[in-house]
Amino acid sequence: MNKKELFSTKMLVATGLGAALFLVLFKFVTIPSPIANTSFQIAYAVAGFFGALFGPLCSGLLAFIGHALNDAMSGWGIWWSWVIASGVSGLIMGISYFKINFENGFGKKEIITFNVIQVIANVVAWLIVAPVLDIAIYSEPANLVFVQGIWAAIMNAISTGVVGTLLLVAYASRQVKEGSLDKE
Amino acid sequence: MKLKMFSYNEENTFVHRLSGVTKLLCFLILSFVVMYTYDIRIMLLIGAFSIYLFKLSRISFKQVRFLVMYLLFFVALNGVITYFFEPTHGNMLYGTYHELFRFNDIYVVTQEQLFYQVSKMVKYMCVIPMGLIFFCTTNPSEFASSLNHAKVPYKGAYAVSLTLRYFPDIARQFTDISNAQQARGIDMSAKAKVMTRLKNTLMVISPLIFSALDRVDMISNAMDLRGFGKYPKRTWYTYRKLGKEDALAFVVCLSFVALALYMAIFVTNGRFYNPFI
Repeated sequence: MNKKELFSTKMLVATGLGAALFLVLFKFVTIPSPIANTSFQIAYAVAGFFGALFGPLCSGLLAFIGHALNDAMSGWGIWWSWVIASGVSGLIMGISYFKINFENGFGKKEIITFNVIQVIANVVAWLIVAPVLDIAIYSEPANLVFVQGIWAAIMNAISTGVVGTLLLVAYASRQVKEGSLDKE
Repeated sequence: MKLKMFSYNEENTFVHRLSGVTKLLCFLILSFVVMYTYDIRIMLLIGAFSIYLFKLSRISFKQVRFLVMYLLFFVALNGVITYFFEPTHGNMLYGTYHELFRFNDIYVVTQEQLFYQVSKMVKYMCVIPMGLIFFCTTNPSEFASSLNHAKVPYKGAYAVSLTLRYFPDIARQFTDISNAQQARGIDMSAKAKVMTRLKNTLMVISPLIFSALDRVDMISNAMDLRGFGKYPKRTWYTYRKLGKEDALAFVVCLSFVALALYMAIFVTNGRFYNPFI
C-alpha cells in the first residue's frame, strides 16, 4: 500500500464486504445499554478499522449502507437521522487512513492518532449530527435526544477504541515490515 | 435461521411487476413525506395505503411477525421514555394546555402530549409496511440496477449489491465461528462481565474480519481482471423497462407529496396539524 488511492476496485469491494460485516455485527453482536435506541456497537469498530485500511469514502459508505440496510431489514423503516450520523462518523474515522502508515508497525503514536480521530468522529456524529437531525425530522424533545447522543458517543467511542485498536494491532502484526528482509 | 424472515419471494402481483427503480423511488418519496409531515391524517392515510399494498403483494404475515413484535416493543419503549423526559413537549409544540389528570407536580398528562405521542407513533409505523414490501418484492440483483438508474453512481450501487450478496455468507460464517468458540468455552452471553464479553467477542470477530479482508483481495482481483470500472457507465442484466404500472405508481406517490405540501402550506400552516386551536 504505497500509493494512497481513494477510489479503487479494492476500496469498492472493501466497502461492500465491510458493510456486510457491519450489518452482521450490528444485528447479532450488541450489548444493550440502559438508554433506548443505543447500545454497545462493535460494528463501529469495523467502520474505524476499514477506515484506517481503505480510507474515508470506504468507511463512510459502509457505515451508511450497513446502517440503512440494517434499519430496513429490522422493519421500522430507515431512521435517516441516525443513518446519516453513522455515515458521518465513518467518514471522519476514515481520516486516519492518511495519518497512519502500517509499514512502520502500529505503535503508541499510531494508537493515539487513531483514537483521537475516532473520538472526534463519534462526538461530531452523535452529539451534533444525530440529535440535530432528530429534532429537525422527528421533533423529538431536545434533552432526550442529547442524552441519547451523549450515551451513543461514549459507548461507540469505547467500543471503537477497544475493539478497533486491537484489530489494527493484530492487522499490523500480520503485515510484512519495511526492510524486514536482509541481503546476505 | 433469522435471515429467513426477510427474503425475496417470487410472485406475480402488481407490486412484484413494478420495476425496482419505481419501488425504490416510491419508497424513498413516501418515507420523506412521512418524515416531513406531522399531520396525523396524512400519515394515517399513507399507513392505510401501505397496508393495502402489503395485502396486495401477498407477503405472509408469518414472514414478518417477529419484526412487527419487535417494532411494537421498540415504539412502546420510545413512548415511555419520551414521556419520562418531556411530559409537556406536546404543549410546547401545539402552544395550548388541556390537562387531563396528573401523577404529581411534574408528570401531568395533557391532551397535547397524548396527541403528540400518538402522532409520533403513527409516524414511526406508517412506512414500515412499505419497507417490508420493498425488500420482500425486489430481486436483490435488480436492487443494484435500480439504484444505478436512480442516479446513484454504479460503483456505489455495486457496493450495495456486494453487501447484499455477501451478507448471508458472512452471517453464516459468523454463526460457525461463534459456535466453534463457544464450544471452546468462550462466553459471549449476558452472564459474562462487560469487559470479558468485549474481549470474547473479539475472539469471534477477528477471524471473521481477517477472512473478510482476504476475500476483499480475492474479489477485487477477480473484478479487476474482468475489467471492472474501465468505463464510466455499465449495463445491467436485471434492468426492467418502465411501463404503465410504474407510471401509475409514480402518480400515486407524487399525489401524496402534493397533498402533504398542500396541507402544510394552505391548511395547517406548517408541518403540524393542530386540532387544539
